[in-house]
Parts: sequence; structure tokens; C-alpha cells
Amino acid sequence: MSATRRIADTLAIIVVLLLLWEGLHHLVGSTALPAPWPTLAYLARLITTARFAENAAATAVAFAFALALAYGIGLAIGVWMGAHHLSGAVGEPILIALYSLPKITLYPVILLIFGLGISGKVAFGALHGVLPVALLTMAAIRSISPVYVKSARSMQLSPWQTIILVLLPATLPEVVAGLRIGLTVTLLGVLLAEMFAAKQGLGFLIMNAMSLLQGEEMIGVAVLLFAFAALANALLLWFEHHLHRV
Amino acid sequence: MTRIGRIRLLVILTAVAALEIACRTDLIDRRVVIPPSEMATSLLRILASGAGNEDIVRTLGMIAAASAISVILGFALGLLIHALPRVRAALDPLFATYYAVPIFIFYPVLIAIFGLSLLPILLIAVATAIVAMIIATLNGLDRVPRVLSKVARVHHMGALATAVRLQLPAAAPYLFTGVKLAVSYGFIAVIASEFILAPAGLGRQIADAYADFDNRRMYALMLLILIIATVVNTVLHAFDLRWAERRGRKIS
Amino acid sequence: MSGTVPSSEAHARLQGVTRVYPPAAGHPAVHALGPVDIELRKGEFFAVVGPSGCGKSTLLEVLAGLQPATSGTVEFEGRRVSGVVPDNIGVVFQEDASFPWLTVWDNAAFGLRRSGAAPTEVRRRVDDALAFMGLRDFARAYPLQLSGGMRQRVCIARTLVLQPRLILLDEPFGALDAQTRLLMGEEVLRLWRRTGASILLITHALDEAAMLADRVGAMSARPGRFIEVIETGWMRERDSTIVREPAFAEITGRLWDNLRGESMKALGHSSMAAE
Repeated sequence: MSATRRIADTLAIIVVLLLLWEGLHHLVGSTALPAPWPTLAYLARLITTARFAENAAATAVAFAFALALAYGIGLAIGVWMGAHHLSGAVGEPILIALYSLPKITLYPVILLIFGLGISGKVAFGALHGVLPVALLTMAAIRSISPVYVKSARSMQLSPWQTIILVLLPATLPEVVAGLRIGLTVTLLGVLLAEMFAAKQGLGFLIMNAMSLLQGEEMIGVAVLLFAFAALANALLLWFEHHLHRV
Repeated sequence: MTRIGRIRLLVILTAVAALEIACRTDLIDRRVVIPPSEMATSLLRILASGAGNEDIVRTLGMIAAASAISVILGFALGLLIHALPRVRAALDPLFATYYAVPIFIFYPVLIAIFGLSLLPILLIAVATAIVAMIIATLNGLDRVPRVLSKVARVHHMGALATAVRLQLPAAAPYLFTGVKLAVSYGFIAVIASEFILAPAGLGRQIADAYADFDNRRMYALMLLILIIATVVNTVLHAFDLRWAERRGRKIS
Repeated sequence: MSGTVPSSEAHARLQGVTRVYPPAAGHPAVHALGPVDIELRKGEFFAVVGPSGCGKSTLLEVLAGLQPATSGTVEFEGRRVSGVVPDNIGVVFQEDASFPWLTVWDNAAFGLRRSGAAPTEVRRRVDDALAFMGLRDFARAYPLQLSGGMRQRVCIARTLVLQPRLILLDEPFGALDAQTRLLMGEEVLRLWRRTGASILLITHALDEAAMLADRVGAMSARPGRFIEVIETGWMRERDSTIVREPAFAEITGRLWDNLRGESMKALGHSSMAAE
């Protein structure tokens, strides 16, 4: 499937979605669901305001810290459980069980521990992101073919060289997949935290707009977040595919 | 139980015991976390009094409804899309990105449109779960070995018989993965919706308990959700294992 | 039924058969097979050998009615074959066609149950076929718990149950190791003698063809045509020990004489999807 065809199809989908949006708008009325064009125009104005900048910064900072924690802790756990077979065997089902829990139910605990500030958001976001990063890193390490290690030894590589020159490139694609999914769920975690209990942030903006019946702001911010997430995901996915070819 | 299973159980029990001791010795402030034993007794009291029943039924009912709709509709859509390759190719980028974007932030929009009722929760839960089922259906249908359609012709099977007796069973393990995911996502979406904003339900009760500083009630209900989620996932996982057994352990 | 000698009566016949895959998005038409003229005698064991991609499997599928002939006629038991797989033809494919969701017993019973036979008849024939194929102890097992060779036996049992008069085998032992292949070859011979069916075996293994068949057709590189048809002259009661016979080396040698050049041609071709 050629690249131009893919782009054409993606554009076609966007057009269809916009048309659906327009259609729903006519069905439902503009207070609840404003039309696409006015919404996007509003969004264009909104992102230049100081109010937006403050809230976007709040989310961005929380997201960045949460992501750093999720990646750091997740990779560490993943490497340990991947390399240490017993820990992996014992821990994997626990991690999987935690992964499919609705972690939002643990949010009050986070709030009680960290309070209502940014640290609560960061902790909650990181809590979401740690699991897929750990699980996929663990899988990547486990799936290293023994023949790689044997080859490294037969070429008399040092342990450090083995890790850097052989094991890291071998596991990188799958680890990046974990980072990609981790990014998605960390963002969701931060947004959920903001939607429930925050005075700042893009999630807060959406809930606030809902209570003030400001449809354009509500949907505009949502669309912006969608675009950001889709782009970040596409970038990491491209990187993943690039790694697979090498 | 296997050795690893025993170690795992030991790890979990040790963690719970540590939490219990830490709470009782005030290493952890009771205003933050209460001892697990108190969580359990509080839960039993709530269940015994029947005070939570309405919310429990409502929440579980929503999850069941959302899962059922997602699975059935998702399967049907998957079948349809699989039969239309050009449509499928066009939808591919959408499926690839769907779970990369926080669909859930549309929940407030749905509330604005439909009001504070069951419908927004159902809609957001189905929206979250259905695509997993569609993708799993497409995946499963892809993996039906091509030789099976030749076998069908050798046995003079019509299109319907081929679909029901050969393609469906062949795709079944992958379809079941879709069911697992759909139930899991539906569960999470319903609870999250109730927690953020809903008229009733377990999630709402937890949020209320938090706002009222009623830790006993809050933790009891959190424990309940934890138990329900674990039971549901374990049952689904067990089924999955049963099928996996038929599909790989060699005896000859 | 056993002990019948192949008669000179034609069981199946291909006359002037060609198969051209029509052009599709991205690639031109492919002339995969023919023209082929061959007659299968009733009760004989006919093997087809040839280089990769020469159209051997296509020949089998055209004969079975799974693919249409682009030109020429295909006949089975005096009637034209077109579009539908005729009754009394059984096919064992190259890929594993056992159904992983059914037990071995249910797999074998599959075709017969569909034709609406009485349960007692089904039970009798399935038990019989499974015993014959050495699968009786595995009747309750699932195919993916068995080895590749066992799974192919399940597929053969499934065909056997329907008591076909012509059995088509498309490289059924391709995925198996050499020793297992020789033993499976003996199984097919037993099968052939027991059922009295005509057999068409597609194989890339010259020794297999030379050992098993009454006649071996050597096919050219694509588009496949028969270069030579060799009569082996083996007696009916044969097994894998005939590889000892001097005639065996001679037959295999003649086949290779025919095919060496064709195989080199085939290696030079770019590989296309189906044969």
C-alpha cells in the first residue's frame, strides 16, 4: 500500500469525521455540540490566550514528570523481571492484573497521600504508564534469543559490550512499543486526574467548560489533545518501524 | 499449586500483611489508608446491610450491557469490514490511532448532549471497548488458514456452512481475546465515568465517600471493585488458558 | 477390493488442459500449466514430479475442480469436471488442514457427518479409518497436541472415511523429515491397496515417486507439461524396501535426467505465489 494512498485515506477519514461532526451538530443543537468550523476557529483564538497557556503548561509539566517516572521505573522493573526469571514468573501475572484494574478507583488514595497539587497528577499518571512499559520491556528481554548471547561470547565481547552492541539493539523495537503505549496511558492518567480534582490543566478546562456550557471550548480542547496524542503516537510508531527494518 | 504460584501468593500476602501492620502501628496515618482488615469488615457490613446493592447492580449492569453491545456489534462490524478490503485499508490508520488518543475526554461532551444519565456512560464505554473487538475480529478472520476454504469446497459446503462451521471456530481464540479486551475496557470506562461524574453507581459512591472523608466506606468500595475486577479477569483468563491448552501442549 | 490390477479404463482424463491465471492488480497473466494430456487409469497409483513452481499443485486442483481449466477438458468417471468438486474425489492438501477445535475423532467424522450418514455408520467408518491410520489411541486428542506427521494422518483419515474412488495428495509429506516420509509412503501404499482407489500423488521427492507409483509423470518447468511418463512396473504388494532394487536407481536416474535441466530453469525463474 503506497504512502500517498495511505495519506489520501487518512485525509478521507478526517473529512468523513468532520462531516459526521457537522451532521451530529445539526441533529443535536449548538449548545451541546457546536459545528466544526466555529469550534476550530475558537480553538485557534484560544491557544493564544494566557489562560490557555497556563493550563496547557500545567498539564505539560505534570505529563513530562509522570512520563519520566513511568519510563524510568517501568524500564527498571522490566529489565529486572526480564533478566531474573523467577521474579518475572512471579510478578508478571500481578502486573497484568494491575494493568486491567480501573486505576481511577485508586485515585483517592493518591490524593490522600499526595494532596491536590501537581504531585498527585504526576503520581497518578506515572501509575498508569509504569505497567505497559514494564510488561513490554520484560517481554523484550525474555525474547532475546539465546543464540545472540552465545554469539557474543564466541566473539569474546565483554558483558558491557554484549549489552550495548547486541542486547540493546535486539530489544529496542519492543521496548519502544512499550514506551509508546506508556505515553498514551500516562497522558490519559494525567487528564483523568485533572478531570476529577484539579484547579488547573487541560482536563480541568474541559470539565469547567462543560459546567459553563461552553461547547466550543470543551470540544476544541478535546480535539487538540487528540491531535497531540495521535501525532506523538505516529512519531513513536514510525520510530518503531524504522527500528524493525534495521 | 505450582512453586511459582506459591511464591506469588506469599508475596501478595506479605504485602497485605505489611500494610496491615503499618496501618495498625500508625506508621501510615489512618486518615490516609486504613488497615486491610478494616476494609474487609467495612465491606462485609455494607454488603450485609444491602445499602450498596442498588449501586452495585447498576454498575455491574452497565458493564455487562456495554460489554455485550461492544462484543456483538464489534464482531458484526469486524465481519463487514473484513469483507470490504478497500474500506478496511482506509480505516486502518483510524484503528491504529484509536487507542492512542484519550477517547474518554469525550465523556463531558456526551453529558452536555444527553444530560447526566446512564446513556453517556453506556456510550463512552461502548466507544472505548468496541474497537478492540473489531480489531480482534479482523485479526481472527485474517488467521483462518486459507486451506480451510479449499477443504470446504471438497466437502461441498456452502458459504454459510463454511463461515459457521470452519471460519468461526478457526477464528474463535482471537475473537475471545477481543471479548477479554472489550470487557476489560468497558469495566474501566464505566467506573471512570461514574467516578468523574454520574448520578449513581459504585464509582460515584467512592467519589462521594472521598468527599465526605468517609475512609471506611471509600476503601470498602474500592476493595469491592478490586475483587470484582480480579474475579472477572481471572475467569476470562482461565477460559483463555483452556483454549490455549487445546492449541499447543504436545503429547506426541 | 484389494488385489485389483489397474485396468486400462480411464478413471480421469485431462485433454489439452491449460491454466492461465488472469492478470490482476500489479502483475500480468501467468501461464501456470499446460497444455497437459494425461489419462489416469482406474486403480493406478500415479505420481507427478517436477521442479518448484511448475504447476503440479495447479494440475491437482484443476483435476479436483478447485480451479477452472482455461482451456481443454477435464473428465472424471466419464463426466466433465467444472466448478464443483465431484463426489468420490478426496483431497489431502499440503498445508495442515486438520481442525484444531475438534478432536481427532470429530475431525475424521467431519465430512461423513455433513453428508447425513446414520450415526452408527459414522462411528463404524471413523473407528475403522482411525484404526487403519494408527490413530485409535489418539481419538480424543486435539490435533495441535500431535506432531505434524500425525496431523497429516488425521487429514488422510478424514478423506478415507468418505471412501473416495480417487484420492488426490498434494505434497502431503512436504513438511516432514525424510524417514517419516518414507514410512508415511508405506501408509499410503497400504491405503491404496485397501481401498482400491486411484491415487494421484504430487511430490517433489523423486525417490518417493519412484518408490510409490505405478507410473511417474515428469513435469517441465513452468508452464508445466509432461516430458515423460515412466512405467515403474512394480508389483502391487510393495513397500519402502524396494529402494534396494536396482530398478529403483534406474527409475530415479531417468527422472533426474528429465528434470535436471528443468530444475535449473526453475531456479532461474523469479518465484511467484501459487504453483
